[in-house]
Amino acid sequence: MKRHIHIQSNALRAEITDKSVFESRRAFIKSTAMLSAGLMLPSLGQAQTESTSNLVITAREHATNYTNYYEFSTNKQDSTELAKPLKTKPWSVEISGEIEKPGLYNLEDILKANAVEERIYRFRCVEAWSMVVPWLGFPLGEMLARFKPTSRAKFVEFTTLYNPEIMIGQHSAILDWPYVEGLRMDEAMHPLTILATGMYGDDLPNQNGAPLRLVVPWKYGFKSIKAIVKIHFRETMPDTAWHKSAPKEYGFYANVNPEVSHPRWSQSRERVLGSSIFTPKRATELFNGYGQQVASLYTGMDLTQSI
Amino acid sequence: MVSSRNKTRILKALLIFLGLVPALLLLQATLNEQLGANPIQTLHFRLGDWALRFLLLGLALTPIKIITKQAWPLRYRRILGLLAFFYASLHVLVYVVLDLSGSWTAFVDEVPKSPYILLGLLSYTLLVPLAVTSTKYFQRRLAKRWFVLHSLVYFAALSACLHYMWLVKLDISLPLLYMGLLVILLSIRVVNFYRNRMV
Repeated sequence: MKRHIHIQSNALRAEITDKSVFESRRAFIKSTAMLSAGLMLPSLGQAQTESTSNLVITAREHATNYTNYYEFSTNKQDSTELAKPLKTKPWSVEISGEIEKPGLYNLEDILKANAVEERIYRFRCVEAWSMVVPWLGFPLGEMLARFKPTSRAKFVEFTTLYNPEIMIGQHSAILDWPYVEGLRMDEAMHPLTILATGMYGDDLPNQNGAPLRLVVPWKYGFKSIKAIVKIHFRETMPDTAWHKSAPKEYGFYANVNPEVSHPRWSQSRERVLGSSIFTPKRATELFNGYGQQVASLYTGMDLTQSI
Repeated sequence: MVSSRNKTRILKALLIFLGLVPALLLLQATLNEQLGANPIQTLHFRLGDWALRFLLLGLALTPIKIITKQAWPLRYRRILGLLAFFYASLHVLVYVVLDLSGSWTAFVDEVPKSPYILLGLLSYTLLVPLAVTSTKYFQRRLAKRWFVLHSLVYFAALSACLHYMWLVKLDISLPLLYMGLLVILLSIRVVNFYRNRMV
């Protein structure tokens, strides 16, 4: 009984103090309805599971002050302050490789061609915590299609900005900078995969990956690369930053899977950010609850091997 | 004039009070919900930090004695050891009661999958008999065996440092610092031991 009241008061306070959330509530409601409608399109086959609808949005304060952004710091609170000097305007993205229209594109021009919508996703970190974030973004696939990938484009490789003068974490060799992530072409083209430019009805804060980041909701958070400066189409699987640093611990696919433990910890449960200290962890779901939409991408693959 | 005996008493009381300050501050931060997005983990980690700090401080007293050739540092050894045990107990308690919500299923599922948690549990298990036998009564009763038993603290400290190092994702600089301090503290004892033997 007591616990229940506690959660309610938390939610209430988050709504009152959080101006941007409050202001964008109407937008939320509208876009949530749009999203649900969108997900029921025949192209996606099935409706959302219960676990990925009715998501309780994490307080903005938590989502913006608990970030893994090793380019700035290995401390999740410190990146908020340290990322402030990063200039995100102007910003250009190099698009190259197996496509018909390679080149250096101004981010503003890319954004003009893509309608921004809100997507509320659960975000599950490989460190066994999760949050629910209302992202603003557009489907990656729609954007990629415009650059006309050739038949040899089998993978997409993303690269984060390399600028050690501002990204001071890049001075220490904990990862092989710049950060590189990648997706198989079908994963990149999947309608759930988005490039985000904002969250909570506002622009992305620097520490959350401004001005442009990937969000792949059925994969562990480290796949969702921040501050993207390069998108490269290639025929072979790219070697990604965490895989290079610890190949036995982090694979290319990194699909959320409660049955496949990290070599050093269990993945079967996750701590929901912002929950009270007496709230138990929630059970982690296969593909982070997006299995109905994405499981078919991995038919015939051994998920315990292709981590 | 305060007698030297009373001075020691006052200093001991002060040490206990100072040693409990971090716990009180953590309690206050917890009650005021100032521990951020992941309060259980923050609380759990900070308690672990303090356990390790007091363990190393306790292990620093003999080296201080060796270097200063004064006996007084050893008077505070028990308090520092018990403070380490106090924080280690809270660290374990927060993990079991809050992080795992006291669920046996969660314990059985999560602990065996985590080599670093097993190592942490080993470290804590080694500390338990030391805390229990820390009284004058057991010191007298166990006599020489007391010193043998209490040399377990070296293994507890080593496994605590390894436990910390193993859980970190990439940046092991802080656990390396603790491990480095421990190695220095233990080397002073070893050097002293051989020097005394040669004399």
